[in-house]
Amino acid sequence: MTLPDLGQASETISPLAGIDASAAQAVDDNVRQAAFRPKSRGRELAETVLPPLVLGSLVIAAWYFISYGVLTEARRFLLRPPHQVLQVGFLDWENFSEILLGLWSSARVATIGLSISIAIGFFLATLMSQAKVVERAVFPFMVALQAIPVLAIVPLISFWWGTGQRSRIVVCVIISLFPIIVNTLFGLQSAERGIHDLFTLHHANRLTRLRKLMFPAALPAIFAGLRISAGLSVIGAIVGDFFFGKGGVGIGQLLRRYANNLQGEELLAAVIMSSLLGVAVFLLFGWIQNRAVGRWHDTTGA
Amino acid sequence: MTFPDGTEALRDVSFSVDKKEFVTVVGPSGCGKSTLLKIASGLLERTSGELEVDRDHLGYVFQDSTLLPWRTVTDNVLLLAELHNIPLADRKQLARDAIDLVGLTGFENHYPKSLSGGMKMRVSLARTLTLKPPVFLFDEPFGAVDEITREHLNEETQKLFLREGFAGLFITHSIGEAVFMSTRVLVMSARPGRIVAEFVVPFDYPRKPELRFDPEFSKLSGEVSHALRGGYG
Ligand SMILES: Nc1ncnc2c1ncn2[C@@H]1O[C@H](COP(=O)(O)OP(=O)(O)OP(=O)(O)O)[C@@H](O)[C@H]1O
Ligand SMILES: [Mg+2]
Repeated sequence: MTLPDLGQASETISPLAGIDASAAQAVDDNVRQAAFRPKSRGRELAETVLPPLVLGSLVIAAWYFISYGVLTEARRFLLRPPHQVLQVGFLDWENFSEILLGLWSSARVATIGLSISIAIGFFLATLMSQAKVVERAVFPFMVALQAIPVLAIVPLISFWWGTGQRSRIVVCVIISLFPIIVNTLFGLQSAERGIHDLFTLHHANRLTRLRKLMFPAALPAIFAGLRISAGLSVIGAIVGDFFFGKGGVGIGQLLRRYANNLQGEELLAAVIMSSLLGVAVFLLFGWIQNRAVGRWHDTTGA
Repeated sequence: MTFPDGTEALRDVSFSVDKKEFVTVVGPSGCGKSTLLKIASGLLERTSGELEVDRDHLGYVFQDSTLLPWRTVTDNVLLLAELHNIPLADRKQLARDAIDLVGLTGFENHYPKSLSGGMKMRVSLARTLTLKPPVFLFDEPFGAVDEITREHLNEETQKLFLREGFAGLFITHSIGEAVFMSTRVLVMSARPGRIVAEFVVPFDYPRKPELRFDPEFSKLSGEVSHALRGGYG
């Protein structure tokens, strides 16, 4: 796993952003161009939905091919064919409910971790925006913190906070904090010079400037950062859960157990569900972003 | 006025603008016109000289519209009223009047992203109008709009001037704009900016759009243009 670097964080380049934006764009264009381009809504929809559908089918075909064509009977446990994964991992309620409970536990950890990151991130970014000296002081440490591979500090975390829920949350925070700080700070500093002059001219105090100018100006960037961090906090929760076994069983623990017990079907089902959780969180925050700033901000790809 | 890096932007600039006067400054790009307004408004600290400006509720229209993209037209117009703590009860009427004055009725709930450049400039004007400023500074407010829109806005600005009776100081590149609106035109030289000529514009207010085709108007514009050229060489 790699954390996005500074540039990515502020520009919010993400493979998912493309998908989401093009879907929104398609609907938008449809409305706008309906008058002079005879392109039916159905066709637009087909053009957006068909390509991933085709690719998905190809992947499943390749999967079958590997399961039956490449792997011998004895080694087939390495990659069970799709229908078996579906049967054992998803349709067997006993297994599936276990995965769902694990997801739920990890989602809770991610939510708590993300909330803490948001609180710390907003606070620090606001402070940094108010005094250059704070920015200079804090920034190098933030960069250093986000450069540490989580694996390297797992022992330290368990040494300090044990192997329970708290350590999982700490991992979450470490992973998701940086994009929030960077994006919030970038956003707070994004207001035009001219508008700042206007506020100066009319004797706006610090708080007014922050409330009426810098904070609203920062919202698009803040949401872009949130979107990245929300995804990362899910990853953090799973990674944390993978390493710390005490307390509630999350999806990380399940992944580990399934792998150890050679439960290939459940393992794949758990992987798919984790990824779906990530996608869901990403889309959720995209939706919130659109609700919050979509009216006035052209959210292109972010 | 000399900047910290040694750039001398203004030298020996001396003039006054009274109430009910509309003074325009024309000058080549980079001669220090914006600097002049920034000093007048207090955004910049002058390095030498004397200055007296009634800065209570100073009106300042910037080169670009500087609207807040997250606010609707009405809320943008009300920004300065908020900053000056004008009572909530008065604001609605204030916004309605100002928006009406600049001819944007019907666009109250639009966001800036859906307005044209000229409309944004009008919002910026309306925003400043809410303060009923006794002193009104304009820094090339219509520099970025097309000729026809500009002439339109000139006529509207003139109406506002006649109605509100403020002291106006208007910066522009356009000689036609300067002569059409002002009571006086000051011509500045290239950097360091000095005032090299002053013209009193004799035409009566309110000035009609047709004035632009008047031979007297052309003659005066020609003289201003000549002075401006002299300022280069
Ligand atoms: N902060 C600064 N430090 C140093 N030099 C500056 C600074 N601000 C402006 N200048 C210089 O002072 C001169 C006058 O600048 P100013 O912006 O007042 O010009 P202007 O007449 O408004 O030009 P324009 O018509 O293009 O808007 C320019 O040569 C500019 O490079
Ligand atoms: Mg200028």
